[in-house]
Amino acid sequence: MYKNFLRYIISVLFLLGVSGQANADFKVGFVYVGPTGDHGWTYQHDEGRKAVEAAGIKTTYVESVPEGADAERVIRQLAQSGHDLIFTTSFGYMDPTNKVAKDFPNVKFEHATGYKREHSNVSTYSARFYEGRTLLGHMAGKMTKTNVIGYIASFPIPEVIRGINAMTLAAQKVNPDIKTKIVWVFTWYDPGKESEAAQALIDQGADVIMQHTDSTAPVQVAEKAGVWSFGQASDMQRFAPKSILTSIIDDWAPYYVERSIAARDGTWKQQDTWHGLKEGMVAMAPYNSAMGSDLVKEVEQLQKDLASGKTHSFTGPIYDQKGNILVAEGSVADDGMLAGMNVYVKGVEGDIPQ
Amino acid sequence: MEVQLIKIEKRNDVSRSIYFLTPVLAIFLTLLGGGIIFYILGFNPIEALKFFFITPISDLYGLSELLVKATPLCLIAIGLSFCFKSNNWNIGAEGQLIFGGIVGGGVALLFYNHDGFYVLPIIILSGAIGGMLFAMIPAILKTYFNTNEILVSLMLVYVAKLLLDYLVVGPWSNPEGFNFPETRQFSESARMPILFDGLRIHAGIFITLITVFLSWLILYKTYLGFQIKVSGLSLKTAKYAGYKGKTMIIIVFMISGACAGLAGVGEITGPIGQLHRNISPDYGFTAIIVAFLGRLNPVGIIFASLIVALTYLGAETAQIFLQVPKYTGQVFQGMILFFLLGSDYLLFFKIKFLGLKKNEL
Repeated sequence: MYKNFLRYIISVLFLLGVSGQANADFKVGFVYVGPTGDHGWTYQHDEGRKAVEAAGIKTTYVESVPEGADAERVIRQLAQSGHDLIFTTSFGYMDPTNKVAKDFPNVKFEHATGYKREHSNVSTYSARFYEGRTLLGHMAGKMTKTNVIGYIASFPIPEVIRGINAMTLAAQKVNPDIKTKIVWVFTWYDPGKESEAAQALIDQGADVIMQHTDSTAPVQVAEKAGVWSFGQASDMQRFAPKSILTSIIDDWAPYYVERSIAARDGTWKQQDTWHGLKEGMVAMAPYNSAMGSDLVKEVEQLQKDLASGKTHSFTGPIYDQKGNILVAEGSVADDGMLAGMNVYVKGVEGDIPQ
Repeated sequence: MEVQLIKIEKRNDVSRSIYFLTPVLAIFLTLLGGGIIFYILGFNPIEALKFFFITPISDLYGLSELLVKATPLCLIAIGLSFCFKSNNWNIGAEGQLIFGGIVGGGVALLFYNHDGFYVLPIIILSGAIGGMLFAMIPAILKTYFNTNEILVSLMLVYVAKLLLDYLVVGPWSNPEGFNFPETRQFSESARMPILFDGLRIHAGIFITLITVFLSWLILYKTYLGFQIKVSGLSLKTAKYAGYKGKTMIIIVFMISGACAGLAGVGEITGPIGQLHRNISPDYGFTAIIVAFLGRLNPVGIIFASLIVALTYLGAETAQIFLQVPKYTGQVFQGMILFFLLGSDYLLFFKIKFLGLKKNEL
């Protein structure tokens, strides 16, 4: 009995010692697809990392990691060099993340915007950016005079199509005559292509421009041409002070801090996170007073309603381009439908590239 | 006003041993320059260089990764050495790699869920043929229409990239992949066999080694190799000797393109396992540095590819352990090339100071 008790005490002390040590050495790694100075996607992830650092947790990042054969090595090196939690912040890291996770069951992995969680130590997370698009649509519908809204799109994946649809639905609600024109640039970051696309849309009569790409080029083109625009990922106001009505901000900081602390304290569990305005993962930059105080008030109210769940971005009736019903009157689209969205709603011009 | 006059003269007696030692000198100067940069950035230079050049290869996994990274570089550079030795400036190996990847990947998708030992060889062969055909475009345009092969081969890189973009977004995209720009994962039968469990080093390295041996054989033991070298040294002599210039230009481009295509197919059937938009982190361009660093010599290229691959791995570990910017790796590559070309210049030319002279202007 006494012997067992002693053994128990020793093992508890040992465990405490080990876990205490593990806490002190606890490190979080980040893998970025772009440079931290892109003022868009990667910049915002790095802001999140800084918040983790500010919470007293050591962090490391590796920037501009190509989404090819190199990604697996970088993720593995982070796992091997004593990182306990690793955020891989681009879709292209999905397979490498799962591959490395298999070999490092004690390391936790968080993959942004993917759908594969092949091992119990892999979580996925993304943000409901479409809620921000609904607000953009409301403003665009009110502000446009030509009734043409220009949209620079990256890839025809559900996330981008969801944004186009959410924006169009909200704009139609306040202005039934609007049309959404889309230019696909097939890149996430290419200032040259993005500005050409913005110019092409303006030439086709668009007087409101928005983009689902990461550079500041489209808002700068809009500023020069004297049309309205919206920032993407971070507050881009200073790049186009007159033209920008607001920016959708990706705020990863609270999530990164929460998950890092959970992993450090041993309460981390696998999950699939999809946070929006309510949790603050999607936030809006200050609204431009040029749109008038009435509209600002309207949009602020809509933002509150979206956050509280009183309003949903995809409330029926919603029709596709051919007029078939997608969501019946009185109901809202469920997350499964949103996650796999691959048709345009009525009012969007053109076809989805296949 | 008096000015110092300088005259640049060609040296006639360049010793062979110094010729092969200059790359070593260039690497030494790069280490020195890199150390100074790290010192200015506030790091302990010895420790930083250790993280850069030793840590990445201090275990088996690291060594395997070094070979994974060096394999395509070596393969492409070997091919390029045929072009460069004969004064043909093929800058478009990146495009030939991608096109080889497209053709090989297309065949791999054709054989989706198809077992058989013959699947992989067919894929590899079709990748090589793809790269070869793509490289023949600038060669034929040069020989029959007198176009500039530098421009044509470079511009074709963008053609290949956009074609790959189109295919992975559209017709070849994974039907279960939510429209993400990538194809299906290839079947096991279409993947390069892994040599050791848990490591990524794959059978592609044998293809590279065989290619290196064959190119040594061609360059130094055949009439074709002799023709290539003579044309490189003096086109006029080659013409005078009656060599068929056009055929030779097309052949060196074909060899070069086939090597790049093999590198592409090695990447997609090796570490990547599918087609997507980033199958190559600009291997085709980096291989140009490798080819010159290796003195366009097969053995030299093997060493050069290992060194350049190490600068990539080093940039990653230095970033993880010291948080130095990723681009230090590119600075190192730039420095190696700069010091190599600089010492080459001084090797082949001497600078004569002619003394002060009155400026008559």
